[in-house]
Amino acid sequence: MLAFVARRLLATIPVLAMVALFVFLMLRLTPGDPAAIIAGDNATPIQIEEIRDRLGLNDPLPTQLVIWIGKLLQGDLGESFFFKMKVTDLIIQRVEPTLALATTTMILTLLVAIPLGVVAAYRQGGWLDRAVMGLSVAGFSIPVFVLGYLLIYIFAVELKWFPVQGYKSISAGLWPFLHRLILPSITLSVIYIALIARITRASVIDVLGEDYIRTAKAKGLTNRVVLVRHALRNAAVPIVTIVGIGIALLIGGVVVTESVYNIPGLGRLTVDAVLGRDYPTIQAVILVFSFVYVLINLLIDLSYTLLDPRIRY
Amino acid sequence: MTWGRSIARSLLAAAAAVPMIAGLTTATPAAAETTLRVVMHSDLKIVDPIWTTAYITRNHGYMIYDTLFAMDEKLNVTPQMVDTWKVSDDKLTYTFTLRDGLKWHDGQPVTAEDCIASIKRWGAKDSMGQKLLSFVADMKATDANTFTMQLKEAYGLVLLSLAKPSSNVPFMMPKRVAETPPGDQISDYIGSGPFKFEKDQWKPGDKTVYTKFADYKPRSEPGSWAAGGKVAKVDRVEWISMPDHQTAVNALVAGEIDVLEAPPHDLLPILEGSSDVALLNTNPLGNQYMFRMNWLHPPFDNQKVRQAAIAALAQEPFLQAVIGNPKYYKVCPAMFVCDTPFAFTEGGDAMVKSDFDKSKALLKEAGYDGTPVVLMHSTDLAVLTNLAPVAADLLRKGGFTVDMQSMDWQTLVSRRSKKEKPAEGGWNAFLTSWVAADILNPISAAGYNTGCDKGWFGWPCDEEMEKLRNSFSTETDEAKQKDLAKQIQIRAMTIGTHAHAGQWYQPTAIRSDRVDGMLNGPAPFFWNISKKGG
Repeated sequence: MLAFVARRLLATIPVLAMVALFVFLMLRLTPGDPAAIIAGDNATPIQIEEIRDRLGLNDPLPTQLVIWIGKLLQGDLGESFFFKMKVTDLIIQRVEPTLALATTTMILTLLVAIPLGVVAAYRQGGWLDRAVMGLSVAGFSIPVFVLGYLLIYIFAVELKWFPVQGYKSISAGLWPFLHRLILPSITLSVIYIALIARITRASVIDVLGEDYIRTAKAKGLTNRVVLVRHALRNAAVPIVTIVGIGIALLIGGVVVTESVYNIPGLGRLTVDAVLGRDYPTIQAVILVFSFVYVLINLLIDLSYTLLDPRIRY
Repeated sequence: MTWGRSIARSLLAAAAAVPMIAGLTTATPAAAETTLRVVMHSDLKIVDPIWTTAYITRNHGYMIYDTLFAMDEKLNVTPQMVDTWKVSDDKLTYTFTLRDGLKWHDGQPVTAEDCIASIKRWGAKDSMGQKLLSFVADMKATDANTFTMQLKEAYGLVLLSLAKPSSNVPFMMPKRVAETPPGDQISDYIGSGPFKFEKDQWKPGDKTVYTKFADYKPRSEPGSWAAGGKVAKVDRVEWISMPDHQTAVNALVAGEIDVLEAPPHDLLPILEGSSDVALLNTNPLGNQYMFRMNWLHPPFDNQKVRQAAIAALAQEPFLQAVIGNPKYYKVCPAMFVCDTPFAFTEGGDAMVKSDFDKSKALLKEAGYDGTPVVLMHSTDLAVLTNLAPVAADLLRKGGFTVDMQSMDWQTLVSRRSKKEKPAEGGWNAFLTSWVAADILNPISAAGYNTGCDKGWFGWPCDEEMEKLRNSFSTETDEAKQKDLAKQIQIRAMTIGTHAHAGQWYQPTAIRSDRVDGMLNGPAPFFWNISKKGG
C-alpha cells in the first residue's frame, strides 16, 4: 500500500511538470498583453513598453521559462503582475472561501443525494422514484446562475432571510459563516445532488438484484439494515468515484457561484487573473488545481480498499 | 412510515427552521463607527496612481492623496494643498506656498521637497506632466513650505497641469515614496488625503479599506468637484469587489451596500423602481465615445478615406445602441466636451448626421480599392460592446468594406499597440470611451497628439496640428487659447485624428435613505458624504 502511495505521489511530478510547461506556453501564445492592461486605457505605447521591460515580458520565452521554473523549484510561485503581492499569499487568502463552499456543498449533496438515490432505488418504478428522477433531470438542466439569481431574489431580496452576497470567515462565528453559505451551497449542490442521486439509484438497483440481498431478506433483516449494510455498502465504489470527481470539479468549478454570490474564492481569482493576463497567478492557480485533482484521485483509489476488501494495491 | 416520507419531513423541518434561526441570530449591536460600503466599477489591483492610468487607481489616489491645485465644478483651477501662489511678471517663475499644518498619514509634515519630488515622478509618466516638465528649468524649495518653479519660457498650462483632474492626477507623495523610479510601483502608501489606506486589510478581489485621517486639515471652502474642503464624514470606507452587476444591484436594493458607482444602463430600471435608491449624475460632463483610426496602414493612411469615415459616422446611432435612454446621452458636436470652456461646434458638427453620399464621393476621390477596414470589436464591456457593430454598419453604408473582428477588451488593448499590418495582427480602427475630464483640452486629450510614434494608438502625424498644440500650451491669454482650441478641433476633423462618437452619462446609485452629500466630480469622491446608521 505504501509503495503504491509513493509511486502515485512520484507520478504527480511529471504530471505537474507537463501542466506547468503547457500552461506557460499557452499563456504566452494567447492574445493579450498584461503590460497594456496594467498601463490603463490612457497610457501611451511608450509607457506600455516600459512596463513590458519591467515585467520581463520582452525577454525571450526560454529565458522567461527558466526564470519561472527556477523560482518554482525554490517554492516561489512568483509575484502577481498587478497586486505587487506574492501569489502564494493571494492563493492563501482565497483558499478558505472556496474550501468552505465546496465542503458545505458536498455535505449537503451527500445528505440529500444518497438517501434520495437509495429510496428511489428501493421504490423503483414508484411515484417517489419518478419524482426523484424528474427532479434530477431538472437539477441537471437549470443553469447555476439562473438558480442562483432566483434564490437570491426570493430568499434575499424579497424575504430577506439571507444576505444577497458576501462571505464571512468561520472565525467570525459559526452562524454568520453558515448564513452566507446556505444559498450558494444549495445553488451549487443541485447539480451534484442530481448526479449523485442518479448514480446511487443505479448502483443500488444493481445490487438489489444480487443473491445475497435475497438471502439477507430471507434471514428476516429489516429493510433499513438490508439497504444500508448490504446494498449501499456494496454499491459504494461507483458512488465514491463520482463523489470524488464531484469534489475535484467543485474545487475548480465554483466560479459561477462565487461570482453570483460574490464569494472571493479561488474560482474568481482564476477568472480575474485570466482576464488580466496575470501570468504568475494563472500559472500558480492551475498548478495548485492540478495537484488537488491528483491528490483527490489518489484518495479515491485508496478508499476503494476500505469499501471493497477484494481490492488490494 | 416510509423512508421517502421520513426524509421529506426532515427536509421540510430543516427548511422551516432556517429563517427562524436567521431571525434569532442576525441581530447585531449597533456599530460605533460609520462605514460606507461601496461597489466601484472594478476591483482595485494597482495602488500606484502614477504607474497606471486605470481609473480605479486614480479613484484610490483621490482617497489617500491630495493635490496642489484642483478644479472646481465650474472648471476653475483653485489652490488645494497650496495656500498662496504667485507668478513673476515675466511669467517664468511660479512660487507656491503650502498651507500650514498639512501632514502625511504617518504624522510627518508635508514639505516643499515632497511636492517637488512628486511633481518630478508624475512628470516622468504623464503626458501633460511631461509637457510641463519640458518647460521647467528648475524647481527649488526655498523653505519647508515654499518652492519655486522656474520655466525656460512662458507656459500657459502650469496651473491647469497641476490641477489635472483625471489620469494621471499629480498626487503629492512623501519624498521617499516619490523618489521611487517612475517605472517601479511604489510600496509605501502614505498620503496626506482625507482617508488612509489600510494596507493590512486590503484583500485584492474582495475588499479595500480606508479609514478617516483624523489629522487631515480640510480647506475652509465648501467642497466643489475636486476642490474645496474635503471633509471626511464617515469613519471608514470599504470598496467591496463585486464583479457581477446583477449581484451588485441586488445588494444595493437589499441594503447591503450604500453606493454603486457604475450600474449598467440596462439594469437602471430596477434601481429606478426601488424607493430607497436614488440615481445621481455625479459626473455631469459625462464621457465621450471615440472612433480611432490607424494612420499607418491602408485605407486610413489616406486623409480623404479618413474624412469619408467621419462623413459616414454619426453620434446618435452609437448612443442609441449602447445607452438607449436619451436621458443618459447627448449628441454633442464639441470634441472637447459640451458645456466646457473649449466647447465649439465648428468642424465637430460633421458627427451629428451621417452623409453617405459624401462618404462615397470621398472614397471615389481617394481611389479606395475596397481594402477591408479591420475594425476591432470589444465584446465584454457593456458600454462598448454595441459600438463596433454600429460603426461597421455605418461604414458599409458609406461605401467601405469592413472586417469586424470580435475580441475581449483586454485583447483589444493589447492589439491596438501593434503597428503591424492588419493582416499580420495589426488593426485599422477601434472604439473606446473617455471620461470627459481627460479630454477637456488638446494637451490632456491623447487623441490630438499627432507626434507620430510619440502619439496615442493610431499614431497620427501632422506638423500643423503639433504647431497649434504648442501654441495652445504656451499661450497665456485665455481668449487666444480658446481660439487655438477651436482651430485644433477643426484641424482634427480635417485630418481625421478620430471621430467623437457621442457624449454619455453614467449615473451612480446610492441608498437615499441613509447616504447624503455625494459631490459631483470627475471621479467618485467619498469626502463630504454622511451616512445614517453604521
